[in-house]
Amino acid sequence: MAAKSVPYAELTTLRKRYNRRRLDISKLLVLILLTTMAVVSLFPLYWIFATALTPAASTVKIPPELIPANPTLDNFFEIAKAGGTTTLHLPFVDEPLHIQRVWLWLFNTALYAVISMVIHLVFDSMAAYALAKRRFPGARPLFWLILAAIMIPPQVTLIPLFFLVRDMGLNNTFQGLLLPGLADVIGIFLLKQFMQTIPSELEEAARIDGASEWQIYRLVIMPLSIPALAVTAIFAFQRYWNNFLWPLVITHNPDLFTLQVGLSYIQNGEFGTNYGLLMSGAALAALPMIAVFFAFQRYFVQGLRIGAVKG
Amino acid sequence: MNAVSPALVQRATLFWNRHKWSYFFVLPSTLLFILFIVYPLFQAFLLSFQDVGLRRAEWVGLKNFEFLFNSTLFHKSLLNTFVYAFFVVVSWTTSSLVVAVLLQPFSNWVRAVFRGAFYLPYVSSVVVISLVWLWIFQPDFGFLNYILGLLGIPRVLWLQDPNIALWSIVLSTIVIIPGTGVVIYSAALGAIPTEYYDAAEVEGANAFHRLRFITFPLLKPTTLYLVVIYTIAGFQIFERVYVMTGGGPVNSTMTLVQLIYRTAFSDFNYGRASAIALVLFAIIALFSFLQFRVLSSDYEY
Repeated sequence: MAAKSVPYAELTTLRKRYNRRRLDISKLLVLILLTTMAVVSLFPLYWIFATALTPAASTVKIPPELIPANPTLDNFFEIAKAGGTTTLHLPFVDEPLHIQRVWLWLFNTALYAVISMVIHLVFDSMAAYALAKRRFPGARPLFWLILAAIMIPPQVTLIPLFFLVRDMGLNNTFQGLLLPGLADVIGIFLLKQFMQTIPSELEEAARIDGASEWQIYRLVIMPLSIPALAVTAIFAFQRYWNNFLWPLVITHNPDLFTLQVGLSYIQNGEFGTNYGLLMSGAALAALPMIAVFFAFQRYFVQGLRIGAVKG
Repeated sequence: MNAVSPALVQRATLFWNRHKWSYFFVLPSTLLFILFIVYPLFQAFLLSFQDVGLRRAEWVGLKNFEFLFNSTLFHKSLLNTFVYAFFVVVSWTTSSLVVAVLLQPFSNWVRAVFRGAFYLPYVSSVVVISLVWLWIFQPDFGFLNYILGLLGIPRVLWLQDPNIALWSIVLSTIVIIPGTGVVIYSAALGAIPTEYYDAAEVEGANAFHRLRFITFPLLKPTTLYLVVIYTIAGFQIFERVYVMTGGGPVNSTMTLVQLIYRTAFSDFNYGRASAIALVLFAIIALFSFLQFRVLSSDYEY
């Protein structure tokens, strides 16, 4: 058709104007639909906090209180009691420390997540740098092995790992809880994908200027990888904070439990039907992750994209 | 005499000087990888051919697999796991695609708010989420039966009725829009050049045509990725079952990982548990492979 052709830019503005006019009804309906889906998706999370703040007597009545009428923190004190108390003998402190286990679980979980995260940041970035930027015999097979390992379900190695850690004498210890998780390879993959995009000229310039190999990694590559390191750190923290199967298998002493294991321990005990109490525990476990999410939201989105790019 | 030739020494020194840093950088991760992934994987194969208990270990060949082949509980777990994985994959892939497509025309901040809302439920642990579902499903004071009561529907024993329990667990999974999928699909949708749509519009394609012939084909690699990760996640279902039902009532919600856990750590039959784990591994590997074959794309853009 040789009719009057519309310039491309004009077509785009026309379409935008047309869309804006059409916005009203159909867009409103879509917005209502999306909001409904979001409300349903968020309801369980909301219900944790609503129930946790509702007095125990009011949780067992019909109709349920959608918004706590008399909000209280009682459930949090109750769950702290339900977990029991333990006595710790700290180094350099003469007085034994009496502490409610729930706070110990919170501490264990944080320690487990933070140590795992820090070690992953150091080791994963080192390996990723070598795999992304350096040529050496064995690099390709190693990378393919790592990629294949991502596919291995953790349940497959669960029992041999349990035996291995037991034979190392680390069953029911914090080291036993910590060590096997450090072999997670997903961070190496994520960081390698990112480091490949850093121009090699930067390293070469540093090398000519006399930087040592360690300095190149530490002073050139690491600072440029901060966005990817942030993503790796957040995902690692989330993975270990929320981890359940391995802590469940390897910790038997209630003083060593993580929050997730402690929660299921309380649920299986005499307070298993006290939902106000259970929800306050769930809230304790969920809150730190929610805070991390709001603080670093854009990194979560970025991380998912880097992960998906491999295609 | 076994004198090492000087040339060889020289070459080795050269090799060492050139590559020592590379090996230094990969050493910690590689050691951990070998010790805690490669070696246990190898052991998992060996264990599955043994009768291993608390104080015994004996080579029994294929006995464990024979037992599983004839075990109705294993068949039940296999079926339940497939049912769960099937519904999760189909429903999560579809709902995340629908939500991402619906979100696309809105402004950046509206999209960001919704992406955040859909992603938020996924930052807490499955244990936490399962605990609240246990409460929502509670027969007498749970929220779901309260809503049904308002509609005049008699109360349902969501997790206590063996005919319903598995479906309740499926329900608890699929009513939550998968935030991961929404974020990934949104990113992929944003990467499709708008010229394609403009051209199609000029040619007279309507909204459905544009979805069918531009959006869906170009999203194929993303769909493949999501289908694969959701399949893997679906087959690995454990925490929900462990917290909500423990595999009951009368094993009606037993899944493969729950069965692995119970066989190993309640029945102390580690060999048999390893055999189940290998079956799970084989299924996941097979499905990932098939999905790559069926869905892998010949589109490039």
